[in-house]
Amino acid sequence: MDNYSFQPLGDSAIQLFFKEEPSPLLNRTISSICKGLEGKKITGIIESVPSYKALTVFYEPWNLSYDTLKQQLEEMLDQQESKDKLSPSYVVTIPTLYGNEYGPDIALVANKNNLSIEEVITLHTQKDYLIYMMGFMPGFPYLGGLDKKIATPRHENPKARVEAGSVGIAGDQTGIYPFQSPGGWNIIGRTPLKLFQPDNEQPFLYKPGDYLRFKAINEEEFAEIEEAVKQGTYHVKREEMKG
Amino acid sequence: MKNKPLFFVKKPGVYSSFQDLGRWGYQQYGVVVSGAMDSYALQVGNLLVGNERNEAGIEVTLKGPELEIQSTFQIAITGADLSPTLNGEPAPMWKSFEVAKGDVLSFGAPKKGIRAYITVAGGFDVPITMGSKSTYEKAGIGKALKKEDRIEGFETTGKAGIGLVSSEIPDYKKEVEIHVVLGPHQDYFTDEAIHTFFTSVHTVSAQSDRMGYRLDSPKIEHKSNADIYSDAIPLGGIQIPASGQPIILMADRQTTGGYTRIGTVISSDISKLAQLPPGGKIRFKEATVEEAKASVLEIEQELSQIAVRAGVY
Repeated sequence: MDNYSFQPLGDSAIQLFFKEEPSPLLNRTISSICKGLEGKKITGIIESVPSYKALTVFYEPWNLSYDTLKQQLEEMLDQQESKDKLSPSYVVTIPTLYGNEYGPDIALVANKNNLSIEEVITLHTQKDYLIYMMGFMPGFPYLGGLDKKIATPRHENPKARVEAGSVGIAGDQTGIYPFQSPGGWNIIGRTPLKLFQPDNEQPFLYKPGDYLRFKAINEEEFAEIEEAVKQGTYHVKREEMKG
Repeated sequence: MKNKPLFFVKKPGVYSSFQDLGRWGYQQYGVVVSGAMDSYALQVGNLLVGNERNEAGIEVTLKGPELEIQSTFQIAITGADLSPTLNGEPAPMWKSFEVAKGDVLSFGAPKKGIRAYITVAGGFDVPITMGSKSTYEKAGIGKALKKEDRIEGFETTGKAGIGLVSSEIPDYKKEVEIHVVLGPHQDYFTDEAIHTFFTSVHTVSAQSDRMGYRLDSPKIEHKSNADIYSDAIPLGGIQIPASGQPIILMADRQTTGGYTRIGTVISSDISKLAQLPPGGKIRFKEATVEEAKASVLEIEQELSQIAVRAGVY
């Protein structure tokens, strides 16, 4: 039986929707189709946006019809099912300075969960987090896989100012603020990386379907990386996942 | 291309910003599309001065700016009738004309519609960020016009005296019929709610802007919940949170959202919405994808005809 359906979003977008619950495997299917569509360069397709349970494809109705696009997607899904090898996943390392002024809420996260600050850092850095989708603000990743032991409810009153690069926890989610904004997440650390550089050829360091790995750094390393980023000499570590 | 000075901003108006047809291609990274709210008016404005349809214009809202002209060039004003004047005399609308150094372009009371577009031959010299000149201040992309800004353009041979005939000029109304393709979350609503949605009169609230139009409506009831796993939002998506009050998502919408959407406004009706003031009334009417496509094609054809007339290919 089909485990997916199609829906028109008006006259210029189609949503491919999956009935199953979000999972890393479903995410790989969605990412693969998204990548496959980009590779096909079909006239009339503007762009595709992956999300937890859906892939939305934006198109120009004067160049492409809903039915043709739906058929293309169906064919891709059929091929997808017959081959069990999906495209590889990548993991991007996010150097992060935890605690102190960089992570003002880390003690709170530790206290709420009866852990030491060291344990919070260990639990946060030992997992790779799948980027299910991006949204909310440019460069903001919706990450899955936070260890329940450090899950912490968001602040009741959002703070007026959260610094760019802040790494936070809200409920059982973790994420990074690409630029300074108000926010209600518990901030446990900060990365010196710039997650949104609109004037660069590559404005972003990662995309949906990639994994993020947080690596604890000290103040000296933070300053070094920050300077290298400013000079444009820092190379973000992005490697193929094994297994 | 050689630069030339165009405007000195004496007054910026309520909200005036550069907008083209939007920043497409980066929604999967969370980058908001933006672009002209009334893309038809912007495209016509560009064609009338001999530009490509996608060039940026200045989108002017309700109370327009006062601009001192810095050189000779061709200009067009399209969209809402915000009582534009040139040196105190009514300025033409939907027709390109020439201005000269020392002229003053200003705007008066809004008469019909709420968003006008100023386009100039050769376009504006503003940075192209990720493929677009559209302003999106929340992400630090571009800035709205402010007092004493100097705006530059390019040396070019433009066109003047090209206009629409009166039957081609859109008539912006305060009560509109808006066509909607149902979905993707229609199953979250009771049959009665969908009936209410299509039979009621909805009023545009004062909390409406480039991001979205909040409507005052009879409550549109969900079967049980209003939350979904976040997915991508199209232009014109009609979101209904637990309050039951619809929000139509417009040019500066977030790329993704976690509220149910009952339907999507068809592309060819977006301009009508863009020109609807707070207090404006909406009736929704269901349309099929095929009907929606037919209206889009009609508009594309109109624009092609105007392009031919203006000599823009």
